[in-house]
Amino acid sequence: MDYYFRFGVIWANFDKLLFGLALGLALAFIAILAGIAIGLVCAFASTSRNRLIRSAVGVYVSVIRNTPILVIVLLVFFALPQLGVRFDKYQSFAASLAVYAGAYLTEVFRAGLNGVPLGVVDAGRAIGLTGFQVAAYVTFPIMMRNSLPAMRTTFISLFKDTSIATVIAVPELTFQARKINVETFRVVEAWLAASALYVATCLIIAAGLRRIERRYSIM
Amino acid sequence: MEDFLHELWVARYVLLGGLKMTILISAASILAGSLLGLMTGVSLAYGPRPLAWLMRGYVDVVRGTPVLVLVLASFYVLAVVGIHFTAVQSGIFALSIFCGAHMGEIVRGALQAIPKTQIEAGRSIGLTFPRILAYVLLPQALRQILPVWINTGAELVKASTLLSVIGVGELLLATQEIVGRNFETLQFYTLAGLLYYCVNFSIERAGKMAETRLKGR
Repeated sequence: MDYYFRFGVIWANFDKLLFGLALGLALAFIAILAGIAIGLVCAFASTSRNRLIRSAVGVYVSVIRNTPILVIVLLVFFALPQLGVRFDKYQSFAASLAVYAGAYLTEVFRAGLNGVPLGVVDAGRAIGLTGFQVAAYVTFPIMMRNSLPAMRTTFISLFKDTSIATVIAVPELTFQARKINVETFRVVEAWLAASALYVATCLIIAAGLRRIERRYSIM
Repeated sequence: MEDFLHELWVARYVLLGGLKMTILISAASILAGSLLGLMTGVSLAYGPRPLAWLMRGYVDVVRGTPVLVLVLASFYVLAVVGIHFTAVQSGIFALSIFCGAHMGEIVRGALQAIPKTQIEAGRSIGLTFPRILAYVLLPQALRQILPVWINTGAELVKASTLLSVIGVGELLLATQEIVGRNFETLQFYTLAGLLYYCVNFSIERAGKMAETRLKGR
């Protein structure tokens, strides 16, 4: 093996790598915000008495969770224009990731809802709160706290999924690493740098979210 | 619709070949990955310090890296360091590394959930550690991780789509080739999604079945 490490190219292109990382984070952030909204609506909808609504949520979650994200991304980017729905690549990826995030977060919130003790809900009713008030002031806060640990792993995995945007030429971190690889042939360095940046970012996100969990933990 | 059915008939062998490739790749990587994960998990839980640290590093780095980066890195890096793999081989390599790290963490968790007293009991009746592992710890741990292990299969089927990026002719690349010829983008991507859904849904069902069975014990 005669390969000599030369990290000069990485430092010369470090601003591009960081830009890619920031772009990935921004896409993940948008998708997560939209996903939380979808997830909350669907999780509460799945407790609805209407059977049609419940099964609609079930189908959404099951279909999205069992379909590879790459297929969803390609479908939204290449196939939806055939129906006249046209996005640019950033919007298209953010939308795909949001739909994907929504399905996973629905599961997360649903599990959180199941963890809300029934006695607390009864207590809320007993003091005369309406159904909406029970949901908003009693169920919701407990559900959010229950969901925090699962939300952390979901967010991290969604951030990692932004690497898939490279397939539709969104210039995020993986795209930049591949560009360095192809243009300069500093193969090992490029991928080491990309991996290191991803790992570091994941560790930072995890540490930050753990702090929030500790702050809001019920115990 | 008739047009689509015609195109589907023309493309049937390409699609079936892709599906076969997807399943083969996933099966190969879950086998290799599970073996790797088993060794990783045991080393994490009971290995000597340096080995446990090494494995911790491996697990954390791989779990913090997107699968696509692993796939691209093994495709490009392996050749540079003198390992000449085909695209399929480096793809299976990347997925196995990914699966190994996840399984390692799962196995470690299951092993550490077993009360320490059982190891002590094993020692006191004169079993050596490998025997304690084989007769006491692993049977319990493996039974517990069976449902999760089955669901890892679904994860790998989904991750195998990423190999289309390095030119492995699995289901998604086959679909892309078909679409490139007949431009029926919506129809064929939806079909691919449906096929993946069917495969993963069956795996998910199997996982649920295993879970309910084990709960009955």
